[in-house]
Amino acid sequence: MNVLAPLGRVTLIFLAATGRIVLFTASSLSHCVRPPIYPRLIGRQMIDIGYYSLPVVGLTAVFTGMVLALQSYTGFSRFAAESAIPNVVVVSITRELGPVLTGLMVAGRIGASMAAEIGTMRVTEQIDALSTLSTNPFKYLVAPRLIAAFAMLPLLVVVADIIGIMGGYMVGVHKLGFNASIYLDNSWDAMEVLDVVSGLVKAAANGLIIALMGCYHGYHSRGGAQGVGAATTNAVVSASILILTANYVITELFFAI
Amino acid sequence: MTDKPKIKISGLSKRFGSNVVLSQLDLEVGRGESVVVIGGSGVGKSVMIKCVLGLIHPDSGSIEIDGAETIGLSERDRDAIGRKFGMLFQGAALFDSLNVWENVAFGLIQGRGLDRPSARTIAHEKLGAVGLGADVGRLYPAELSGGMKKRVALARAIAAEPEIIFFDEPTTGLDPIMGDVIDRLIVDCVRQLGATALSITHDMASARKIADRIAMIHEGRIIWAGPTGDVDASGNPYVEQFIHGNAEGPIQMQVRAL
Ligand SMILES: Nc1ncnc2c1ncn2[C@@H]1O[C@H](COP(=O)(O)OP(=O)(O)OP(=O)(O)O)[C@@H](O)[C@H]1O
Ligand SMILES: [Mg+2]
Repeated sequence: MNVLAPLGRVTLIFLAATGRIVLFTASSLSHCVRPPIYPRLIGRQMIDIGYYSLPVVGLTAVFTGMVLALQSYTGFSRFAAESAIPNVVVVSITRELGPVLTGLMVAGRIGASMAAEIGTMRVTEQIDALSTLSTNPFKYLVAPRLIAAFAMLPLLVVVADIIGIMGGYMVGVHKLGFNASIYLDNSWDAMEVLDVVSGLVKAAANGLIIALMGCYHGYHSRGGAQGVGAATTNAVVSASILILTANYVITELFFAI
Repeated sequence: MTDKPKIKISGLSKRFGSNVVLSQLDLEVGRGESVVVIGGSGVGKSVMIKCVLGLIHPDSGSIEIDGAETIGLSERDRDAIGRKFGMLFQGAALFDSLNVWENVAFGLIQGRGLDRPSARTIAHEKLGAVGLGADVGRLYPAELSGGMKKRVALARAIAAEPEIIFFDEPTTGLDPIMGDVIDRLIVDCVRQLGATALSITHDMASARKIADRIAMIHEGRIIWAGPTGDVDASGNPYVEQFIHGNAEGPIQMQVRAL
């Protein structure tokens, strides 16, 4: 039995999937900029992605900020470095935790629902029906979701940043006994434009990743309910992995030198 | 006016893995003609229509619409040809996020750029023609019976008055009276709109009513085609077996006795 054969097969499958995703991405992006554009559909997706994700994103951010302050305190108090807490909270939230956790939460919420909705439309032939009614499925289904996710994720991350820093402030001031105005001053001083911008770039990239994975897996789902279920799982898992990968790459681009 | 067939399929082949569905299928449909394709379950009738619509890419063969090859076209040219088509899907394929009248008006609003109020008027007209009242227009597809879905799908297929209409089992799942109404509607569509129709059915009564010509598909190719009047005297044992619905004959169903 040749041990290299399975390895080669896996590599080929992986390369084929990568190729399909790249083609899908190229075709989706080109449809985003060519008319017809559907403003109503973009609007509806924006509300779904931006507005209805607020509770999930807000709760994630507030507890992340709170636990950051608490954990840093237990660590830093050993070195009498408690004053660094506002700094740690701001830098961690704006650079990493805001965009990454928002991305992962939205991937679970939106990526899954995109894959399920488009996947159901695929297996019930609704996507075929779209193209027989002179409507390009990429323009009607994929482009609005991509545009909306690309636009809304940075806004969600701005909200997450603010709420996360507030969470840290609450623990710092009310539990750890910091002076409120000193804590705020320190937080403000720790805020760097580059940190925030890198976080927003990550957010926009995450938005594209989530929508692309949701649409790609939905669009290519086959079979019945089982196929749609698999598409949903794959959409969330692949989006999460890509978000973490892209996060590293963008961090490297911004801060490595 | 030319003599070119509206649809000309030649040498069409398609397989899914090892399952050879179509092999070297040829079929022509003339302008304004109504052709019905009959054949057993699972022989590839739906696959053939989806190849013509460009929803499935055939392995080989040629499909000409109005004398122009459609295989291997760019996406944009494909969209232009797609405007000539209307399709009734076997499983209705209604958009479940839109209500009934929005489904029927979809091609008018998205494809033809009509404004919503006039599209709505036309949608209600077409719904009336398939025996559904205005109150049904507000319902969602999940709230309809199977036969109602089929009629809505029919209204949607004809709403934009396409040049070529495909009907995949238009009367399956309808009661005999409604079946007859739909058969007449299809005949009227073809006559009044001057449309060309390619239909699929298992129902010989329906086929006799709507077809100018009948073609029978078996093992991936057309084994008999002729005017509707000739179908009873085809002299083809496969056709004979099919139209009389005999289990005994040259077509062997893959079943084992209990
Ligand atoms: N997307 C697909 N992937 C794989 N196989 C398929 C696909 N679509 C159809 N087939 C296969 O092609 C064959 C023909 O299917 P098709 O739907 O064309 O049958 P049909 O003639 O329309 O039958 P029916 O009268 O029952 O609707 C079947 O064996 C089916 O398993
Ligand atoms: Mg079929």
